[in-house]
Amino acid sequence: MYKYDQYDQAMVDTRVAEFRDQTQRRLEGKLSEDQFKPLRLQNGLYLQLHAYMLRVAVPYGTLSSAQMHMLADIADKYDRGYGHFTTRQNIQYNWIKLEDAPDILADLATVEMHAIQTSGNCIRNISSDQFAGAAADEIADPRPYAELLRQWSSFHPEFLALPRKFKIAVIASQTDRAAMKLHDIGIRIVKNEAGELGAAFYVGGGMGRTPMIAPCIKEFVPLDQLITYSEACLRVYNRYGRRDNKYKARIKILVHELGKDEYTRQVEEEFAHLQTQGIEPPLAELERIKAHFADPAFEAAASDDLDLSDPGFALWVERNCVAHKQPGYIIANISLKPVGGIPGDASAEQIHLMADLAKAYSFDELRVTHAQNIVLPHVKKADLHALWQKLDAAGLGTANLDTVEDIIACPGLDYCSLANARSIPVAQKISQRFAETGKTETLGELKLKISGCINACGHHHAGHIGILGVDRKGVENYQLLLGGCEGDDTSLGQITGPGFDEDGIVGAVETATNVYLANRQDGERFLDTYRRIGMAPFKEALYG
Amino acid sequence: MKILTGNDLKTGAVVWWTGYDWSIHVEDAVDVDGEADAIAAREEGARRVNGPYAIDAQREDNGGVRPAHIKDRIRALGPTVRPDLTLKPADPNAGNWVI
Ligand code: HEM
Ligand code: SF4
Repeated sequence: MYKYDQYDQAMVDTRVAEFRDQTQRRLEGKLSEDQFKPLRLQNGLYLQLHAYMLRVAVPYGTLSSAQMHMLADIADKYDRGYGHFTTRQNIQYNWIKLEDAPDILADLATVEMHAIQTSGNCIRNISSDQFAGAAADEIADPRPYAELLRQWSSFHPEFLALPRKFKIAVIASQTDRAAMKLHDIGIRIVKNEAGELGAAFYVGGGMGRTPMIAPCIKEFVPLDQLITYSEACLRVYNRYGRRDNKYKARIKILVHELGKDEYTRQVEEEFAHLQTQGIEPPLAELERIKAHFADPAFEAAASDDLDLSDPGFALWVERNCVAHKQPGYIIANISLKPVGGIPGDASAEQIHLMADLAKAYSFDELRVTHAQNIVLPHVKKADLHALWQKLDAAGLGTANLDTVEDIIACPGLDYCSLANARSIPVAQKISQRFAETGKTETLGELKLKISGCINACGHHHAGHIGILGVDRKGVENYQLLLGGCEGDDTSLGQITGPGFDEDGIVGAVETATNVYLANRQDGERFLDTYRRIGMAPFKEALYG
Repeated sequence: MKILTGNDLKTGAVVWWTGYDWSIHVEDAVDVDGEADAIAAREEGARRVNGPYAIDAQREDNGGVRPAHIKDRIRALGPTVRPDLTLKPADPNAGNWVI
């Protein structure tokens, strides 16, 4: 894992001291809320429905056990004993007191963490593949590139007041597990015919009220030009992105309005200019970073045998575990989606336990996934059964990854001041309904995603089944979307028709799955059947 | 009736104007019709409350106060999905008041 150098630590420590002073001045009345709000937002501190909310960055979703323990300690000491893992691989605390915020940031800094650039119109925390460094299908570990981009974008003076927020994802495998094409910039590390590594740039994706899939604007940028090319993409956006209208300010609108070709031409022009400026960090810096992400000390002759005679364990292995690049090892996913539970929430005890288990079984490493689950990336197969037993005993052994119960849900109207409707109760009712009817297994892979408003924090556009909360004359109402997908064949869901009330939406989801079951052909997932038969049979069943 | 609400500056807690102070209990809220802006400006200046705003509400038969919008009812009670963290953890029907 990356270790801070003296610059990283000094930057974070300085920021904590600065924020302590700003908070003090706010509490003493020397700063008004109008003056203070942008300052607290720059440190991840929002004001939400019930209290202040703190969003802590988890760069590219990677955590050490010590960091995970700290997240639990913060939940215990300053919040109400839990945290919410988000689709951007971060964690949010819902009950923070302003007077405590500087102490929390100071505590975080002791384990090389912070809340910088988790809000505001800057380059946000960079997300990545949750299986980075472990996946059998990766051509490289994407995290060194994400880390280089993190260092470049942290406090980058030119990009602290962009037209709007800016989200970057970096992957390096065949399968896109990070919804890369739904980011402002998606970077895929690729290999060219000569066997050299480079970066493919996808620019102008996003969700929110105008969802768009990022087109590929450049298929191969040599790694020693990664930062320069990124800078060129941002500069064109910073210059021409719309500042007159918040709803048209994201880069996706610029790329769409200019057209991919014209945007690309302008980026190339800027890139040519920037190449004369020598802004690219030396490759030695990338090598220095890479050394931090060296493989852990895998046991050379670890056995690939797994005793699957325990049926509960066998199901969990089949559902929640994924092939590892190293023989004898496996990637274990911990579902934060117990039936009827709150998607992405974990108690302080559970967070501590996961940290302990990472130390015992996964070389001290954990990952947060954009599906709001936790990963232990490097588990020896010989240890897997023992690990599962401990997880199961703590209510963390649910075997439902990528099923209809593994729902992504934003905080919605239970916590979020922008919400139109509650998301969590809908997720709870749906997972309960399917668990009770025993259909979860039959349905196989089915990605269901819920947002409480059009901002789409719950990725509803990208759900095989998506649900969007709307406000109908002061009453919560839910629209149903079908056919969305993230990853290699990214597509955007289509609205089925008029919305439903809270119970109605649960029934509507069930109806849609019945249409799938009645029509599916061999090996088809819900999404495949939908793509083959189209919207009409679903509409017919839903609205008759 | 119109009632005034905001978040406590220090703790962020949801608070309601009682006529002379702020309370975390919505049933303590008083009608501020016509005076909302003046009270809001004074209290914000006194650094006690953050972002105060007036909302529509109804006096209930049992003396309670019910904000007109569901968002403010959730603010008044707490998250419906964590009854243990609401102001009325022991009342199994508290959630119904929100909806
Ligand atoms: C509760 C406080 C939150 C607020 C105030 C908030 C606000 C917003 C807003 C305004 C947007 C739309 C931006 C745009 O379209 O220009 C947005 C998008 C998004 N947010 Fe949130 N959000 C919150 C929580 C979350 C949480 C909990 C997650 C993760 C579960 C999240 C992840 C995202 C994602 C993935 C997007 C869409 C990606 C994109 O920007 O295109 N946010 N958020
Ligand atoms: S989608 Fe809307 S309701 Fe949900 S967290 Fe985002 S802003 Fe809040």
